[in-house]
Amino acid sequence: MSDTSSILPEHPPVTDWVHDFDHTDPVWTENPFPIWEELRNECPVVHTKRFLGCYLPTTYQAVKEIAYDTEHFSSRRVIVRDVRPPITNTAPPITSDPPEHKPAKQFLLPPFTPDAMKKLEPRVRAICNELIDEFIADGKCDAAARYTKNIPVRAIAHMLGIPEKDSDLFIKWIHEILELGIKDDAALMRAVHEMTGYFAGHIEARKKNPTDDLISTMMNAKDKDGQPLSDMHVLGSLRLLLIAGIDTTWSAIGASLWHLAKTPADRDRLIAEPELMPTAIEEFLRAYSPVTMAREVIGETTISGCPVKPGNMVLLSFPAANRDPAMFPDADKVIIDRKENRHAAFGLGIHRCVGSNLARMEMTVAIEEWLKRIPDFKLDPSGSVTWSEGTVRGPRQLPVLFKGK
Amino acid sequence: MAGKLKIRVDQDKCQGHARCKSLAPELFNLDEFGNAHEIGDGSVPAGLEDKAWLAQTNCPEIAIEVTEE
Repeated sequence: MSDTSSILPEHPPVTDWVHDFDHTDPVWTENPFPIWEELRNECPVVHTKRFLGCYLPTTYQAVKEIAYDTEHFSSRRVIVRDVRPPITNTAPPITSDPPEHKPAKQFLLPPFTPDAMKKLEPRVRAICNELIDEFIADGKCDAAARYTKNIPVRAIAHMLGIPEKDSDLFIKWIHEILELGIKDDAALMRAVHEMTGYFAGHIEARKKNPTDDLISTMMNAKDKDGQPLSDMHVLGSLRLLLIAGIDTTWSAIGASLWHLAKTPADRDRLIAEPELMPTAIEEFLRAYSPVTMAREVIGETTISGCPVKPGNMVLLSFPAANRDPAMFPDADKVIIDRKENRHAAFGLGIHRCVGSNLARMEMTVAIEEWLKRIPDFKLDPSGSVTWSEGTVRGPRQLPVLFKGK
Repeated sequence: MAGKLKIRVDQDKCQGHARCKSLAPELFNLDEFGNAHEIGDGSVPAGLEDKAWLAQTNCPEIAIEVTEE
């Protein structure tokens, strides 16, 4: 008789979401919204023993309380995983707590203001059209593999001043860190190591020949005492920009296109009324928020009346908060002209996503250019849409059919 | 009768989401770090009242105060 334990999945399928949730379960990956609704109706904060202990807030109020409470909730760990090894590779400011957080974030803000993004916009528009040129004659494509995946990675490469052609390498690292890394520590460490080596080379090159790009800007930044940042700090922030700036926006663009592929009325309305684009983008961000962050509990407290104990992690689900009907009327409906939309897709409090203006610009440009060239498209019934596993949610396969122009 | 509106961005709360600047560029400016500030003394010119309320109701940090004078 064979050893049955070897064929058991590492994570048993979830049968009791309220007491044993698992954000890597295939049911969650496919459609997490009914799960969040069930949990929200049960309790604002639920707990699982998986991942060495983890809480999940599902109401807007509970998510907000945790995001604002940096005394009891640390950002030193921002991915919920099976293991909790000693912290060796930080990525400031996302992994920073006060008081280190503010100076670590401050120098990254000016390169990402809306005005700075306007300067990058023409390049992003060109990237979108270069990609569309490659498949438009085919009448069909996997919009995730051929379009959405490639836009953020090329844009951030352009900003950092590294070759856009290295994109595939970056995408591999992201996959190893954010998806495989939840359960495979070796894959994560290998990817972090490779990425660090790659950027260390770019830093060394700029010490000899300074350039006019974001890597040089970071190398020239000063800490709060007026001292240059260490190479370790710059490397950490570079890892952050690459990890945080790629599959997040890739997911947001993909989910938006997925929605438009199956909702002709919204597509036609956006084409007829392009002035709705800003509210549509905010609504896609709310309804299909890609990013769930994490915190580590470092002090006992209560959240929305629920006791929370140190030693546990927290899945800080901005996506679930954004579907809370107590905060958003018709929370499960996508309303592209929704007027009041205080969504938390980019976080709340001091850790507001530093790249939010970049993400918005990329989403806007990617959808505008797609609709200009491919106004009429639908999901390909002969293929299937698949969604990423883990804490960044978006379509990883998005087969669509369209009339080639 | 409704009086004139005045807006103020609470600098302790603003985190630079920039929603107000996008919705009401006539009423808000962003500084070099992307944080928002009311333009001038925050008086809302006639005709822009709706935009002031729109900015207020979309700020994720609830950092914008609108008062009637």
